[in-house]
Amino acid sequence: MKALHKLIEERVKPNFTGDGKLKRFWVVFDSLETFLFTPGHTTSKGVHVRDGIDLKRTMFLVIVAMLPALLFGTWNIGHQYYLSLGDITTADAWSAMFLDKILVGAIKVVPLIVVSYATGLGIEFIIAGINGHSINEGFLVSGMLIPLIMPVDVPLWMVAVATAFAVMIAKEVFGGTGMNILNVALTARAFLFFAYPKQMSGEIWIHNVMGSKAAGTLQMADGYTGATALGQLANTVGQPVNGEVSAGVMSMFADGGMFSFMNCFIGTIPGSVAETSALAALIGAALLIWTGIGSWRIISSFIVGGLVMGVIFNALGLNAYMTIGPVHQVVMGGFMFGAVFMATDPVSAAQTNTGKWVYGFLGGLFSIMIRVFNPAYPEGVMMAILFMNVMAPTIDHYVIEGNIRRREKRMTQAAIA
Amino acid sequence: MGFQDVHLPRKSARTRNMPAPVKTRKGLDIRLKGGAHGEPHGLTAPERSSIHPTDFHGLIPRMSAKAGTEIQAGGVLFTDKKHPSIKFVSAVSGTVQEPVRGEKRRILRVDVLAGGDGAVKHSALAPETASAEEVRSAMLERGFWPMLRQRPFDVMPSPESQPRDIFVSGFDSAPLAPLAGQVLAGRMDAFRAGLSFLNALLNGGKVQLGVRAGDGTFDGVSEAEITAFDGPHPAGNVGVQIHHVRPMNKGQEVWTVGMQDVANIGEGLTSGEFVAKRTVALTGSRSQPALLQTTIGTPVSHLTADRVLMEDTRIISGNALTGSLRGEDGALGFFDQQVTCLPEGDEPLFFLTKGWLGLGFDKFSASRSFPTWLMPKGKEYDLNTNNNGEERAFVVSGQYDAVFPLDIFPVQLIKSIMVGDIDRMEKLGIYEVAPEDFALCEYVCTSKIAVQDIVRKGLDQMIEEFA
Repeated sequence: MKALHKLIEERVKPNFTGDGKLKRFWVVFDSLETFLFTPGHTTSKGVHVRDGIDLKRTMFLVIVAMLPALLFGTWNIGHQYYLSLGDITTADAWSAMFLDKILVGAIKVVPLIVVSYATGLGIEFIIAGINGHSINEGFLVSGMLIPLIMPVDVPLWMVAVATAFAVMIAKEVFGGTGMNILNVALTARAFLFFAYPKQMSGEIWIHNVMGSKAAGTLQMADGYTGATALGQLANTVGQPVNGEVSAGVMSMFADGGMFSFMNCFIGTIPGSVAETSALAALIGAALLIWTGIGSWRIISSFIVGGLVMGVIFNALGLNAYMTIGPVHQVVMGGFMFGAVFMATDPVSAAQTNTGKWVYGFLGGLFSIMIRVFNPAYPEGVMMAILFMNVMAPTIDHYVIEGNIRRREKRMTQAAIA
Repeated sequence: MGFQDVHLPRKSARTRNMPAPVKTRKGLDIRLKGGAHGEPHGLTAPERSSIHPTDFHGLIPRMSAKAGTEIQAGGVLFTDKKHPSIKFVSAVSGTVQEPVRGEKRRILRVDVLAGGDGAVKHSALAPETASAEEVRSAMLERGFWPMLRQRPFDVMPSPESQPRDIFVSGFDSAPLAPLAGQVLAGRMDAFRAGLSFLNALLNGGKVQLGVRAGDGTFDGVSEAEITAFDGPHPAGNVGVQIHHVRPMNKGQEVWTVGMQDVANIGEGLTSGEFVAKRTVALTGSRSQPALLQTTIGTPVSHLTADRVLMEDTRIISGNALTGSLRGEDGALGFFDQQVTCLPEGDEPLFFLTKGWLGLGFDKFSASRSFPTWLMPKGKEYDLNTNNNGEERAFVVSGQYDAVFPLDIFPVQLIKSIMVGDIDRMEKLGIYEVAPEDFALCEYVCTSKIAVQDIVRKGLDQMIEEFA
């Protein structure tokens, strides 16, 4: 490897420094070089030895934690597609048409990932070049998260616009990695939700449903629908609990129905690219909690908050939606994905340990509350987390005030003594 | 976050005069290769002795002795410009050298080339009967005052101030630090005399001594109030001990003294001469570890001679977390009791092998993303000085708190220093801390931030504000 480094230093680097022709692309070269080689910089002031952990390794592990969700999502896209065409039914084995499903999934997912990274990194490179500092690793994770929460058939240009908006307004304007108030990936999603509401609702969750409908080739299996679980449930709001509409929707959520607990937990239901599987999110959570990168306080309190809200709604029982059991509530939709990958973003979450409990709990609580109360926002997790992002500094403020008061009390006690 | 990780000793639990130890959970013991064991052995007298005015933060020295003149051991080299009654004396007899200066003619080091003999002799004091004024003026006059440090701000106390307490830490928990039993071997009488003299300064109070739970070195010492501590580094830091025994606040002043200097004060005031003994642990993977008995200010080369591989090695006066870099012609720092010799890590690391994506068996990490947690407890690491990443903004949270056993929010305090918010710094506890308390935070930092430097600047800002 020394030979490789020497080659880079002697042959490639001069093009980017001094009088090199590619000097304006120094940022690109620098980030690639530091990607390949941790520089031989030694400690200068302060400690003489440093922990081996750095931001690149941390971000890499978050991406690894997202892989189960990504891989399952890729399979699921194909699965839902063939279900919608009637080529398979829910009674078939999961491995039926396995390669076809993966292929369809990959064809949808890979362009999303490419567009997200290209747009985001492109903007970051430009801004880093203008400001004269090096690229930070923060976008490695956001760039992977954005495609995972997009609807399957979202036009690529929309993803690009949303990513550009999120990187510029939610991140760079505040100072880049480590300075953002809002979760960057969720900002991209929220941007699309508010800017293109028509395109973000309806039957865009399964590949090509709308196209097949238009062409007349749609062959949905019985009991199958193109809307998501939450979209269906939103229809019961305002309806009497035991009325016909509600009964029809609720039958889908019983065991054996399309949105049964098991289906929602494993994730074989329509939804955004990778957020349907609670199981995959939990596998990711295990890795994040074990390595200490994801806060176990936030994840656990988020889930508990959601469960508590579910119990409260069960007690209220004002419509059929509220009768869904709490555990079923939390595995539906993007709740688990949000709990594990979105709420735990360390920069936008609360930063004190006590604050994390409150932040997570309220986030989970509001997610379920927003979902059920407002049919216009079927997915409450996004809103709840963005709201808690804004509230996180306030939560931390009060925790720190507690510390300050303790100190003042010690001072007055010492003065009296 | 509160005092949940602390069990304060209950008076009723005293058995055999040892209260239950204070347990601290937060911290990290970094296990480096090259610890010094065995018996200490004496070195020959060094060929020169040095004092670095930079070891006394904020000190502006005014030279008393002229370069080229002869001086006796105990003779005054320079004084503090702000407090001329504080004398800095020479540890050896010999010839005063031209001071080593840095930018803006700042004095970095004053050397005395050893030669000749004789020592300045003052009257002897008795530990049991010395009065506060006698001890104070003796320490100022005879060169022992610089051995004191005060909190807040971790600087030398002014001659007129009266402390609320004096704290001595009886163990050093830093990586590769020597044990109390090793450095105080044969000096317990002098140590106890030193405690008595310090007690005199407290007008009826007693010095607070923090010891490692289970360490028998200080059994029978009745001149101090002893608290046992049980926990990982930085339990040995005097700041942590103050916080758990009698926390400090705005308007209060606490003095701290190193345990070897307590013995020096004891021996020096009873004999009337300036005593500046140091047992130094030569440590680190590039050295043949040894315990060496010498004096303060001894040249590094005297300690490392024939015992250290010098090529591509960093010589540190002090420990790997808080020590100062010394060149081959450098000297031991005033307060340091170890020298750490580490390999320089100036080679670039390929990401898949030794870099950020490698397995990392050779790295010691607080994070479980490295295999450190799998290794047996006794495994020692040969760490080098590579920065292991570039400096970034704060991203990860909760990292500093895990190694910071005080009821202070470290990241918020550091951020308030960075923006210069004096009010907030006060409220968040700047009066209690010294940069060394943040050394572990700097070690574990994912974003490679220069934490100790920031804290030092914050303390300096506070000093200026209230000067």
